[in-house]
Amino acid sequence: MPARKIKTTSLPLPSEALLEIYRKMLTIRAFEETVFDVYRKGLMPGLAHLSDGQEATPVGVCAALRPDDTITSTHRGHGHIIAKGGLVEPMMAEVMGRVTGYCRGKGGEMHIADVSLGILGANGIVGGGIGIAAGSAFTAKREGRGRVSVAFFGDGAINQGIWYETANLAVLWQLPLIYVCENNQYTEFTHYKKLVSGVGLEARARAMGMKSLVVDGNDVLAVYQAAHTLVEEARRGKGPATLVCHTFRYGGHHVGEPGTAYRSKQEIAEWKAKDPIPLFEKVLLEHKIIAPADIEALHDEVQTRVLASVTTAQQAPFPEVKEAGEHVYA
Amino acid sequence: MSMRELTFAQAIREALDEELARDERIIVLGEDVGEWGGVFRCTEGLFKKYGAERIIDTPLSEEGFVGLAVGAAMTGLHPVPELMFGDFITLAMDQIVNQAAKMRYMTGGQVQVPITIRATMGGGRSSGGQHSQSWHAWLAHVPGLKVVVPSTPYDAKGLLKTALREPNPVVFFEDKVMYAKIKGPVPEEEYTIPFGKADVKRQGTDVSLIAVSRMIHPALAAAEKLSAEGISAEVVDPRTLTPLDEDTLVQSVAKTGGAVIVDEGYNHFGTTAELAAVIAKGAFDYLDAPIERLGAMDVPIPFTPPLENATIPNEDSIIAAVHRILDGRRH
Repeated sequence: MPARKIKTTSLPLPSEALLEIYRKMLTIRAFEETVFDVYRKGLMPGLAHLSDGQEATPVGVCAALRPDDTITSTHRGHGHIIAKGGLVEPMMAEVMGRVTGYCRGKGGEMHIADVSLGILGANGIVGGGIGIAAGSAFTAKREGRGRVSVAFFGDGAINQGIWYETANLAVLWQLPLIYVCENNQYTEFTHYKKLVSGVGLEARARAMGMKSLVVDGNDVLAVYQAAHTLVEEARRGKGPATLVCHTFRYGGHHVGEPGTAYRSKQEIAEWKAKDPIPLFEKVLLEHKIIAPADIEALHDEVQTRVLASVTTAQQAPFPEVKEAGEHVYA
Repeated sequence: MSMRELTFAQAIREALDEELARDERIIVLGEDVGEWGGVFRCTEGLFKKYGAERIIDTPLSEEGFVGLAVGAAMTGLHPVPELMFGDFITLAMDQIVNQAAKMRYMTGGQVQVPITIRATMGGGRSSGGQHSQSWHAWLAHVPGLKVVVPSTPYDAKGLLKTALREPNPVVFFEDKVMYAKIKGPVPEEEYTIPFGKADVKRQGTDVSLIAVSRMIHPALAAAEKLSAEGISAEVVDPRTLTPLDEDTLVQSVAKTGGAVIVDEGYNHFGTTAELAAVIAKGAFDYLDAPIERLGAMDVPIPFTPPLENATIPNEDSIIAAVHRILDGRRH
């Protein structure tokens, strides 16, 4: 896998922004691990699709975005939501089906959205957010304020027709649309190489006439730098681009299966050795952006907040039954 | 009001033109809708007037441009994608059913999806099995969508203008046989027609002909012939399937005691079934004979005219159904 080296001599962002990146990565990890716990204890309905291990990709991409930029997300979307500024409290409440959730408990863990933050929704259809992201890019181009639209999707969406149809439109119309493929190697339970012909999405994107980059999706600064380049070009009217980030989910496809039947112990161990969080911690420590003691304090702070979100959600009511009939039409 | 005669296509075009002028968020997109003016001429002249930024030619890529339109609707525009043949709606079904229809609900009311999808319907042109279907019932099955089925130029214009002011996804079905063939009075003055208001196209006392979209026209012709036999048929046009004006349908049948439901969609789990259920519940005590359902024959639409014509309800089959009801009443 081609990987960009982290520039250790000069960092691409000021300390404050780097610490925010770190905090968001920790928050995603804590959130996902806590949701797993919530599921195991029977505190949530349904299943959850967790992204622990993949934190660097959403956080690196969203670090290149402005508040008015939009994203669309996937069934494995918690990381994208947090990276774009989503709060863990209404997220956890949504996961637990409470009326205090982002979607009043009507969306669920696969459909979290906060439109005020430019999060146009996580989507349960693989590739389902791509059309919406293309539409947001279309609107952005008409607005002419340099806003961009990011479509997050996994390797499973690479073969969906909506990618090709919108890619064609986005190139024809030079839309400010960034396709971010989080390739976590497995489409559900099958390695992507068994499902994707040819070189991969990067080559397909180039064939459609757009720029594409491939990065180590566990290296948050590499992701940021690539995303920043593509996003800024899109803002300047250079049209769409594709960013492929190779990463790995630690858990199963969903919380109901451990992800060990179709992935070897060795493969999992190799990816865990490249865990995005310690990798970035090392950079922060080397550059003295954070002190070792502060790392522990930040871990604790994030963990405490996420755990508190569970307690708060538990105390919150479910929506009243009459809400089942509301919000169908505006 | 000063009236003039417009074709169905001209009425559609006029509604688009007026609303494009009124609201700059409205954009029209589809295959050959721009410079060419649309295969059915519904966007003729709009490209010249509003430019390529608002009257947008797309590739043959229904999922792509409808999906893009959904996202554009969620971010402040009011896109009007045109599906040249309603049959192609299948290609965009995920975008309509899984995205447009439920985005508002799944986000707990955070977004509006003001998209007006124009799609054709209707056979009778020897266009074969993939260019003749009428899928309005399919869309009306989906919560979150509004479904419009106008039958006259007047209704088409007024209902399309309403659709273009709706904050919700609307699927607007236009029977392509009517575009050039059906002419009717349309006021010069601006007007809109609210959704959920059926229209009694002809008053009658003996039987209710409830007809959808183009089927209104054979129903009206049948009513005229029946009147010569001394049978007074009322013709009711639901105009929108979602929302559905159940009261007007029920009241009509409560008055006449008989119902023939005519639709170009399939009978099986179709519009005729739903309307029959509404009437059976609401007008049960008034029915003198079983409800007659005249839908398309449950087969793929054949090409050759003798077969195709046999699959679609017509004046004669409507009259025959009325006679079955009245005969049943006598026994």
